[in-house]
Amino acid sequence: MGLKDLIGKFKGQKKLNIEKGEWIKCEKCKTLLYSEDLKKNLKICPHCGYNFRMTAKERVDSLLDEVFSYDLFPKIAPVDVINFKDTKKYKDRLKQAQEKTGLKDAMIIANGKIYDREVVLAVMDFRFMGGSMGSVVGAKFVRGAEFAIEKNIPFIAITASGGARMQESIISLMQMAKTSIAVDRMNKAGILYISVLTDPTMGGVSASFAFLGDIIIAEPESLIGFAGPRVIEQTIKQQLPEGFQRSEFLLEKGQIDMVVDRKHLKRTLYTLIKQTQG
Amino acid sequence: MSIDLDKELQSLGDSIFLLRQEIKKGKKELLPELVAKRKKFKELAKKKTQELTAWERVQLARHPKRPHTIDYIQNIFTDFVELHGDRKFGDDPAIIAGFAFFEGIPVAVIGHEKGKDTKEKIKRNFGMPHPEGYRKAIRIMKLAEKFKRPVFTFIDTPGAYPGIGAEERGQSQAIAESIMTMGSLKTPIIATVIGEGGSGGALALGVADRILMLENSIYSVISPEGCAAILFKSQEKAPEAAESLKITAEHLKELGVIDCIVPEPLGGAHLQPKKTYRLVKRALRKALREIINTPIEELVEKRQAKFYSMGRFTEV
Ligand SMILES: [Zn+2]
Repeated sequence: MGLKDLIGKFKGQKKLNIEKGEWIKCEKCKTLLYSEDLKKNLKICPHCGYNFRMTAKERVDSLLDEVFSYDLFPKIAPVDVINFKDTKKYKDRLKQAQEKTGLKDAMIIANGKIYDREVVLAVMDFRFMGGSMGSVVGAKFVRGAEFAIEKNIPFIAITASGGARMQESIISLMQMAKTSIAVDRMNKAGILYISVLTDPTMGGVSASFAFLGDIIIAEPESLIGFAGPRVIEQTIKQQLPEGFQRSEFLLEKGQIDMVVDRKHLKRTLYTLIKQTQG
Repeated sequence: MSIDLDKELQSLGDSIFLLRQEIKKGKKELLPELVAKRKKFKELAKKKTQELTAWERVQLARHPKRPHTIDYIQNIFTDFVELHGDRKFGDDPAIIAGFAFFEGIPVAVIGHEKGKDTKEKIKRNFGMPHPEGYRKAIRIMKLAEKFKRPVFTFIDTPGAYPGIGAEERGQSQAIAESIMTMGSLKTPIIATVIGEGGSGGALALGVADRILMLENSIYSVISPEGCAAILFKSQEKAPEAAESLKITAEHLKELGVIDCIVPEPLGGAHLQPKKTYRLVKRALRKALREIINTPIEELVEKRQAKFYSMGRFTEV
């Protein structure tokens, strides 16, 4: 599939979900919002500031002023490694997710400019099987990192993931090692790596490249952590405190550098790039 | 099933032991009985090993009498000096780390420890580490690098602990850092899955030049119970999930994730621990010989290339 087709697919998708114009209830303040208005406002609720999840394409559009490529590696596609079947076949889940999102898997590697600075963006899409990391996410992350090393430009990951993809079993666990080694290689090459954690960033993604950024930024109120809140509650047999595992909590505990509202994300990234690069 | 077979094996083993003692005392007439019982034991044990389902292997991997990291340290290494603490928050007894000698060679040893009796299990949090456990491991790995000592890790954990303190203190960051540290550590690393290799909490000690797995151990991205609850919508489907996930040593070898399967005595490591230690020791010796003379830059390059190559996808 060429890049044009891919963009075409995105456009088609947009039409399907958002451009037909539907009413969406804000998850936080429960106000009814017109989807078109919401989209224009970077998917931030104009009433309460709640950040709705963005698709990978929307994210790229919100950050890059000039897009050289929405996906440098569009050919990489998932396979059913171990013939996995639960209540559904993995193959069928993949097909469904691909049809729903127009993506081949849960990550795209975009290349372009934030103002005048060229960057690589590794953007996850939560709609694709909960943004889970399998072989494709691992491979794309690595290719993107190597591309950044080769071109000597900053690498920015925007995470949104429930964790490792169970359907690829041990192979997906190994992607944690693979992506972490890619970060190490960027470190050795002096590449700036900023990770932007969005809602949610959990499990195997959280415990690998997401928390290895030189600078770690989180979007407001995002759920971020290793273990899921339900698992923790079941384990400790206690209710979790209000705001536990949310961005603001992590900032207070010293686990991230800052919480940045979506409206200021691009500017913040740009400033950091200027402060650390060239 | 496995447990019944286990009991049968155990009682056979016990009576073989008693018979041998009687024979030693001079009751030669019991010899035919001993021979017969031994034969029966071998048959049963072999049958058991061959017919094991993934779920039965899970039970074996978690068997309360299965040798743990401490047992391997005591029986394979000498002069172990345990080191404590992450220098940041505390000491996590769920991970044991220190220096020792392996057949006279000075090495670092790091492993999850589940604990044996109830009191020790609680102390060691059932082998589920907090961030400080991984940070201690990272500390010792870096010491090993500094002093050019090979690192042996032993993996045996249900997973990193899911708790409030663990999250507050950066469980994700600690695991990620441990993984990344191992990925570029300039000293040979040999990891052995001895029981349960539970998810990221296991991988945090598992990025190695040689990865060994005991025959009846398991290594998985999620526990069969967890997978069953999420994907099969019922925790009772854990045996099915175990099968689907392909978590046995044999499957992992096939998938190219591990390098070598260490055979266990018939019926499982817990039935003949001494023999298990011998088999593990032999496998570790072989693994160390394979990598010890490789120039370190080349070894790290190979390690990184190995993990870079993990993953299956199409590209057309
Ligand atoms: Zn709102």
